[in-house]
Amino acid sequence: MVEKILVQGLNCWFGESHSVKSLTLEVKENEILGIIGPANSGKTTFLRTINRLNDLNERFRMKGSIKIDSEDISTLDPEVLRKRCGMVFALPLSLPMSVYDNVAYGPKRHGNNDKKGLDEIVEKALKAASLWHEVKDRLNASALKLSGGQQQRLCMARTLAVEPEIILFDEPCSGLDPISTAKVEETMLELKKKYTIVLVTNNVKQASRVSDRTAFFLMGELIEIDVTQNIFVSPKDKRTEDYVTGRFG
Amino acid sequence: MIRLDPKRSQNIAFAILLIVTILIIVPVLLIIGVIVKEGYSAITWEFLTGMPKDGMRGGGILPAIVGTLSIVTCAICITLPIGVLAAIYLNEYAKDNLLTRIIKLSIVNLAGVPSVVYGLFGLGLFVMLLKFGVSIIAGALTLSIMELPVIITTSRQALNSVPYSFREASLSLGVSRWQTIAHVVLPNALPGIMTGAILSIARISGETAPILFTAAAFYVPRLPHSVFDQVMALPYHLYIISTQIPNMPKNITYGTALVLLVMVLTMSLTAIVTRYYFRKRKKW
Repeated sequence: MVEKILVQGLNCWFGESHSVKSLTLEVKENEILGIIGPANSGKTTFLRTINRLNDLNERFRMKGSIKIDSEDISTLDPEVLRKRCGMVFALPLSLPMSVYDNVAYGPKRHGNNDKKGLDEIVEKALKAASLWHEVKDRLNASALKLSGGQQQRLCMARTLAVEPEIILFDEPCSGLDPISTAKVEETMLELKKKYTIVLVTNNVKQASRVSDRTAFFLMGELIEIDVTQNIFVSPKDKRTEDYVTGRFG
Repeated sequence: MIRLDPKRSQNIAFAILLIVTILIIVPVLLIIGVIVKEGYSAITWEFLTGMPKDGMRGGGILPAIVGTLSIVTCAICITLPIGVLAAIYLNEYAKDNLLTRIIKLSIVNLAGVPSVVYGLFGLGLFVMLLKFGVSIIAGALTLSIMELPVIITTSRQALNSVPYSFREASLSLGVSRWQTIAHVVLPNALPGIMTGAILSIARISGETAPILFTAAAFYVPRLPHSVFDQVMALPYHLYIISTQIPNMPKNITYGTALVLLVMVLTMSLTAIVTRYYFRKRKKW
């Protein structure tokens, strides 16, 4: 498989705290790369560096490079980059508007105002996020009336509606019950056919269920990255083994 | 030394807190009570819609009502856009650097300037230097500068109350910062901004000192034709008739005060209703 994201010698700081240390890894096209690790291990920082959301923080500094399709992200316009790298956050961040408007929000802001075209985009995105059948009769209801799991899939649909190439998931199931989690995971597996996915998760089992390869972060360092089965069955590093077997963290 | 058990000391503490809190209501009721009692007999249709007569001892106060409304309308039209735009800049774009700190310090200081100083400043700048003369526009500009820090502060609070995560959700879709502000932040901050604006209108309606030298006239028995006209204004008119005119019928003085009070209270009430309405609709 072709590499989609290539990270070389990435270091990130917030003020004095060094949150990602000399990170080098690649994400292949159409794979799900799971990133596991305890709190403060730099997982989320790494994710938010990819779509340059950290740039909004004045205390953020970085060194090293991230390339998407061999293009350095620092040379891209942040808006173009973020359109290509969608993000789904830890908490379902539905905007206070209707279900329809949430999904149509991105395409509208990017200049698509054709009602019929938008209808199609919304339907397609909601179907891809496995939410269409649950909400097709209440597209005009407030998105905040949906359940947590539905809202999270709505956020996925909203991300899909701007047609990204990569989707960054930042602990997408941390606030969800097991059944909603299963639905989100199923959706992810479906999505990887078309998209490249980076999944940060606090739930080690989730990584073992959905990711093709898994990376283990600790204190800002990449300890180990390998095919998921190897990480869970025969990890090379003692710390990885301790973490995945639940002995610390 | 009296020993109190916890239960009783709590009761005493709550009682004291309640009494002190009730003290806040007393002056409000007294002010309204006295003004209504002394002034209601003056309130007639003619009083509200007529011109003053007999050296202001009779007739109506229409020019003062219209004058106050025109000054306040102009002032809010000037101060609201500037204040809201400045608040957006400070809250959404400004980096923490020297310029930003100077701006913030200026706002704090602007809020601390006594209103009569604004009056003198308006006289010097708008009336004399810019040659607007004593006029609606000079008074409105003076009031708008005075009200700017309040508008900026309330607008910033309103913008701040929109969760940061909404901005991130929007930005993460590749939507630009300005679009995010226009389509997500502002619509959700609008109720707060409106409430602040209405309260500002109520406050400046009653201001006397800033318009004393810049807009208000002792006696103009006609309605203004343009923003460069002098006008009568309710607070100034009230000051004149209660101090400068001998043998002033008492009920006219209090009637004028009642009209001003009702105007201000109506606006405050509108602000409260607006806030209540939007809070109920607020969905996060």
